[in-house]
Amino acid sequence: MSHEISKLNKAFESRIRLGIMSVLVVNDSVEFSSLKEILNLTDGNLASHISALEKLKYIEVTKQFIGKKPNTSYRITEDGKKAFNTHIDALERIIKISK
Amino acid sequence: MKNQSEHLETLSEIRSLMERSSRFASLNGLSGVFTGAFALIGAFAAYYHLHLKLFQPNYYFYSVATEGYRNISFYTFFLTDASLVLILSLSAAVLLSVHKAHKKGLKIWDNTAKRLLFNMLIPLVSGGIFCFILIYHGYMVLVAPLTLVFYGLALINASKYTFNDIRYLGLLELAIGLSATIWIKHGLFFWALGFGLMHIIYGIIMYYKYER
Repeated sequence: MSHEISKLNKAFESRIRLGIMSVLVVNDSVEFSSLKEILNLTDGNLASHISALEKLKYIEVTKQFIGKKPNTSYRITEDGKKAFNTHIDALERIIKISK
Repeated sequence: MKNQSEHLETLSEIRSLMERSSRFASLNGLSGVFTGAFALIGAFAAYYHLHLKLFQPNYYFYSVATEGYRNISFYTFFLTDASLVLILSLSAAVLLSVHKAHKKGLKIWDNTAKRLLFNMLIPLVSGGIFCFILIYHGYMVLVAPLTLVFYGLALINASKYTFNDIRYLGLLELAIGLSATIWIKHGLFFWALGFGLMHIIYGIIMYYKYER
């Protein structure tokens, strides 16, 4: 069991960060505003968690202009997918073992 | 250290986020009932217009070109009838979805809606164009079965982007469409069964499962 716990990712201890990853893993690309709405967060709160995930290279950012409006969207990287799946697998196994 | 129930809660939260962010949840079961009702009215209008009885295959003879000429009044009637059913059904679906999204405080025109529409339209539009080409070549009799087949494929494709239940409706429509192609003289009857009855039954099931 301790072996499985060691596989849990420290970066995903925050529910918000895990939430961001959950949304990005099933969507190709998600805009900042949609992410904010789905997770029900404030701008600042979401931004700080996003930059943490970006530093770990779990997600990548695309900034572009749609007309005159700046538009920021996010997608998950291969590393991010791997990290997320490992974390979920570990969670599931921990639950199974202690059942 | 986190305990068991917390881990379980986290997992179910992840699952719900994945669902909510990738599937269109504002589809209303009642729109199925409306679509079915419009389709049945449309089919009855056709039966009435052509003075048909329920299991009479006469519809077939109208739709086959006679002596090389196409029965223009038959074509006009059928196209008007079918377009009316389509427009009324789509309007009902859109209005009811807007209503449901509003009630749940969701945005209607979001990524999930766009993806659902786009993926549903690929088989639907290509099927529609194909049917027009068939009409152009005078194979009117194949149109009723093929609208069912393409609609079934559209639902199966769309089911990845909304409630998974419509996948089974899609498979049913596909089966009914293929049967209608075999028993081609009863195309109109199968059409009423697939678009009318199936929608009503499915709409009611969906309504009780998700709306109440």
